[in-house]
Amino acid sequence: MVAQIVFIIILLGAVYLFGKNVAKVRRNILLGRDTDRSDRPAERWAIMTKVALGQTKMVKRPIAAVMHFFIYVGFVIINLEVLEIMIDGIFGSHRIFSKPLGSLYGLLIGGFEVLALLVLVSCVVFLARRNILKLKRFSGTEMTAWPKSDANYILTIEILLMTAFLTMNAADYKLQLLHFGHYATAGSFPISGFIAPLLPSGPGALAGIERGCWWFHIIGILAFLNYLPYSKHFHILLAFPNVYYSNLKPKGEFTDMASVTNEVKAMLDPSFVPEPAEVSRFGVKDVTDLTWKNLMEAYTCTECGRCTSVCPANITGKLLSPRKIMMDTRDRLVEVGNNIDKHGKDYTDDKTLLDNYITREELWACTTCNACTEACPVNINPLEIITEMRRYVVMEESQAPASLNNMFGNMENNGAPWKYSQADRLNWAASDKVD
Amino acid sequence: MEQKIPTMAEMAAEGNEPEILFWVGCAGSFDERAQKITRNICKILHHVGISYAVLGTEESCTGDPAKRAGNEFLFQMQAMVNIEVLNGYNIKKIVTGCPHCFNTIRNEYPGLGGTYEVIHHTQLIQGLIDEGKLKAEGGESFKGRKITFHDPCYLGRGNNVYEAPRAALEILDTELVEMKRCKSNGLCCGAGGAQMFKEPEKGNKDINDERMLDVIETGASVIASGCPFCMTMLTDGVKHMEKEQEIKVLDIAEITVRANGL
Repeated sequence: MVAQIVFIIILLGAVYLFGKNVAKVRRNILLGRDTDRSDRPAERWAIMTKVALGQTKMVKRPIAAVMHFFIYVGFVIINLEVLEIMIDGIFGSHRIFSKPLGSLYGLLIGGFEVLALLVLVSCVVFLARRNILKLKRFSGTEMTAWPKSDANYILTIEILLMTAFLTMNAADYKLQLLHFGHYATAGSFPISGFIAPLLPSGPGALAGIERGCWWFHIIGILAFLNYLPYSKHFHILLAFPNVYYSNLKPKGEFTDMASVTNEVKAMLDPSFVPEPAEVSRFGVKDVTDLTWKNLMEAYTCTECGRCTSVCPANITGKLLSPRKIMMDTRDRLVEVGNNIDKHGKDYTDDKTLLDNYITREELWACTTCNACTEACPVNINPLEIITEMRRYVVMEESQAPASLNNMFGNMENNGAPWKYSQADRLNWAASDKVD
Repeated sequence: MEQKIPTMAEMAAEGNEPEILFWVGCAGSFDERAQKITRNICKILHHVGISYAVLGTEESCTGDPAKRAGNEFLFQMQAMVNIEVLNGYNIKKIVTGCPHCFNTIRNEYPGLGGTYEVIHHTQLIQGLIDEGKLKAEGGESFKGRKITFHDPCYLGRGNNVYEAPRAALEILDTELVEMKRCKSNGLCCGAGGAQMFKEPEKGNKDINDERMLDVIETGASVIASGCPFCMTMLTDGVKHMEKEQEIKVLDIAEITVRANGL
């Protein structure tokens, strides 16, 4: 009875805390400007099913794809087991699904065990890739102490949770063989059967291990749940809405700016009266100038570095790293959110995403080639943030690099980015031009 | 050039409307190397007897480099002036000689009042091959030469056009070899996003030199592309690597013209 009450208190506390943190993330995301992504719902469901659920963009790197798939499927399916643990915890039952499910139960538990082992092995390999093989993709200027630790924490927690799950089953299995207490024969233990011989044989010790692992496993899962909003691992939840709200237009198409259209129309036609629009700055200086979708993407990024590893600027040693653009955006957004919590809604510190986080040198290194957006397994678009920030630098500050200002000047004066006369545009067709 | 290049102004004065407008682009108009490609596209249009015209001195930059560099004002000024000209001539269909013009007119002009059917010249060539109007006979043989295709970002990833340029190469009696970074994984030449008009930011090498490593690995003697900016970058890359004797950079239009002896 005491155990049940303790369990219920922990469960409610964990769910409450998680809800509170998710609400804060949601509030932060909605600090962004509005953008309409409610169109073409059928296409959106289809792309979410394919890219988020089906993980089709992961396959470009097959080794990571297969192991990531093990962890993904393992975690989703083992959640069925967590459901049983919850019910057992609340009602004080033991393996409540075993009777109604009959022989199917054995199959399920056996299946969970195989998956748990695959998850465990994959996590060990992933840890090795990061810490022993030191894959280049997991390093870079933005991969400072915290992002590296975050990744290691996630993998270690998953290993511990799977170990607890298998050890719990092993102890349970041994207790079942001893016909001890309420440990009725249930389940099949294809993996934990191998751990069982390593455990003590006394029923008291076994029951202690079984209960210990049970509590460790469930409290671990609840603690992990509450770690998510602070971690890159939040992608396991946000990947789905993030892909649903993907940009469905061709990648080459950049956003139009209605505010500019009004001004240009007024310039070309003095009789044009623009509709009143909200006054905001051109382009992006700080995170609140971005759209909610840009901000959702920042929280969705799991820092895998596929974008950076294919970025032509980064490959050739430039400062730009698309992953850093996303990580900076998230860090700044969290900072802005914390400021609101501490000092109220109207507080402004003297920092901005531009300059305090992302430098101009990074922005001007981009070739807008879309390799980053193509590479992202969850359709994040760092390029949009880069071009929006260029817009701020160019249109609000007139601080484009001098050579680009020359190009703008040429285009204004003679309709070409180079200094050639408009009148010479057809010279290529002259009769003396023979190839 | 042998043929007379028809302009829209002349056609309109005669009360005619061409089937298709050839949007030449700034590089195609002014850059010496790209001018050759422009003339080759005209040769193809002339050869198959499509009625076409160019805007000539009425054409102005699409505004692409301004937009990529963040100057939305300048982009929209350019776009609106161009749209006025295009709509004034009642243009329905456009072929461009440049993936940047192609992307901008196709995707970014409709929102400003300019909606046209826009194709890139490699798509025009693919269509003509499919219709049987273009073959690879009567001209230079590419037999025994390895050709690789460099995907321009705004044609490939930007607009998912990967097959059209390859179709023009597949009809040659030659070996098409892919670079390890190709199609949706293609590596940029380094010119996009207005980089063409500025010095690269500080780094440890130039992007076109990095791209040359992929080219050299294929052992190809011809790099084919479909973009005047890629053409400049790849040609410079070949020079840096001192491979001018072994590797030629050619546009799909040039290869088509040579293969057909036009």
